[in-house]
Amino acid sequence: MANKGIKYGLTAVFNTASDIYTAAAKVRDAGYTSWECYTPMPVHGLDAQMYGLDEKGFPIRSKVPRFTLIGGVTGFFTGMFIVWYMNAYDYPLIAGGKPFFSPIFPFPVFYELTILFAAFGTLFGMFFLNRLPRHNHPVFEHPKFGRTGDDKFMIVIEVEDPKFDDEETKSFLNDIGGKSVGLIREPEEF
Amino acid sequence: MSSATTDMVKPSAEILKKVKPAKLDEVPLVLNKRSLHWITEKICGIVEAKTPSWWWWCFIFSLLIASFTGMGLLVLVSSGVGEWGNNNPVNWGWAIVNFVFWIGIGHAGTLISAILCLLKQKWRTSINRGSEAMTVFAVMCAGIFPLFHVGRVWFAWWLFPIPNANNIWPQFKSPLEWDVFAVSTYFTVSILFWYMGMIPDLAVLRDRAQKMWRKYFYGFLSMGWNNSNTHWRNFEMAYLLLAGLSTPLVLSVHTIVSFDFAIANLPGWHTTIFPPYFVAGAIFSGFGMVMTLLLPVRAVFGLHDLINQKHIDNMCKITLATGSLVGYAYAMEFFIAWYGANSYEGFAFINRAFGNYWWAYWIMVSCNVICPQLLWFKAIRENTPLVWVISIFVNIGMWFERFVIANTTLSRDFLPSSWGYYSPTVVDIFTFFGTFGFFSVLFLLFLRFLPLMPLAEVKSVTPMADPHAGKH
Repeated sequence: MANKGIKYGLTAVFNTASDIYTAAAKVRDAGYTSWECYTPMPVHGLDAQMYGLDEKGFPIRSKVPRFTLIGGVTGFFTGMFIVWYMNAYDYPLIAGGKPFFSPIFPFPVFYELTILFAAFGTLFGMFFLNRLPRHNHPVFEHPKFGRTGDDKFMIVIEVEDPKFDDEETKSFLNDIGGKSVGLIREPEEF
Repeated sequence: MSSATTDMVKPSAEILKKVKPAKLDEVPLVLNKRSLHWITEKICGIVEAKTPSWWWWCFIFSLLIASFTGMGLLVLVSSGVGEWGNNNPVNWGWAIVNFVFWIGIGHAGTLISAILCLLKQKWRTSINRGSEAMTVFAVMCAGIFPLFHVGRVWFAWWLFPIPNANNIWPQFKSPLEWDVFAVSTYFTVSILFWYMGMIPDLAVLRDRAQKMWRKYFYGFLSMGWNNSNTHWRNFEMAYLLLAGLSTPLVLSVHTIVSFDFAIANLPGWHTTIFPPYFVAGAIFSGFGMVMTLLLPVRAVFGLHDLINQKHIDNMCKITLATGSLVGYAYAMEFFIAWYGANSYEGFAFINRAFGNYWWAYWIMVSCNVICPQLLWFKAIRENTPLVWVISIFVNIGMWFERFVIANTTLSRDFLPSSWGYYSPTVVDIFTFFGTFGFFSVLFLLFLRFLPLMPLAEVKSVTPMADPHAGKH
């Protein structure tokens, strides 16, 4: 790896899901806070290994549902509002002797809009929580980063971490079974 | 009580020590113990390899077929809907038949990706991406028909609640307006679901890319995905939520499509069985199309380890189940027509089976009810070419089902003086025939440029994804 650039973090590669599963708990127990696991597929139970369990005994939970709820509620009221505004307020329309507005007949309209907006909320909520789009993450500088999408597992401990120390962290990563421990540097300018 | 129970349990516990538990031979979802790397190479290899010559031949051939839709629509737009065989009272003709046919095909994609996801059916992983692509493309084909059926297609945007110069809004009491919302929502959410599921795989393709255009293309689409645990956590939650949202969506879309018929006060249409019957039919036709598409894809790319006999068996069984449901619905419609003692309803059904379109009715029954019954037999399910042929029959039968529903009723309305015989024109046939080309063009492009299977999900069902390495 190049010696130029700002230090981002130390990487350690693991070969199997169970290796990174046990290693993650050790990194947590060692008291590191700014670190991340990179895996080719979601490894179930890794959340609990990385962050432990909360006081009720559950692992960390994604906040995406909040965005879904906001989207769904918005969609429901949008649907109701457009039907009322368009067919009962702005241009009252007599059709089939039915009332101008009722929550019954436009059921499909607000039902579909609830789902539509909730789906957008989910996707954009996922994007927002994952800080996407971001095309320049420092881990991409790792020459073997592509393998984490294939069959390798990687732990990165960031320099930002208060417990980070060049030598100590390096030997720690070696101790927990990490292979080819190395430093990632991000380019100084883009 | 508890002591009695333990006494009862004791002897069997003794036996358990001596007897080895029977080993259930569960078919693994990925055969031959393929490694994670093998899966990546296999799926990415399809996209990264040099374009095979068969692909070009199929692509050009599909484009030629698609041009028939172009010709049909050109004639239609330049001279008007009169170019179609529609008449009064058969105002809908082939347009509604083709629309419902294609929409129905789309349903299996969402069923596989959403409902089977919620039901934790792991076998869906290797077929869901292809079926989702099928959904999106089928809905595109479906959209053509109502869009051009409005006559002046350049005013089609009036269907949406957008302010226009006439100050007139859509009329929300109409089932056709509900359709606009249902189908456009379905299309949008299907694309979101399809795209979101693809993001991690696009990132894999990005990281493997050698050529500059590939780096940009997959880089842009993958949005900077970096495989981190945080990303996966939010992704999995979002995926689950989209599955949960798509499930009521897919059931509602064909329900609302069936309202197009069921809300009308016409014999043969005005029945409460329509929504469940349409949904079952849609899933049935969709699975037919999934098999029609994926069985050749599996053979061409040698994906036998990823789509194995277990997948085919399961798809056949769903086809059989939904086909039987559809058969039950046909029988129940007849029963209710008799039991309801409404002479118009009774006439509509006798007319369906023995009237002017009797041939269409019996094609429908033989393809949809009789033909899938063959799938009861294991030997037939294991005969892949035969399964493929059955899937084609399912597609044909489901087209005829919509034809029978729409046209037998309309061509024999309440006023015998307006009875007639509806036949499509050449323009009708061209437009519909071409949609198969359009669909194939899109599907071939998908095969060439996008990951055919969700890498991470296929990897998740292998033993390598288990952090306990089998030691629970």
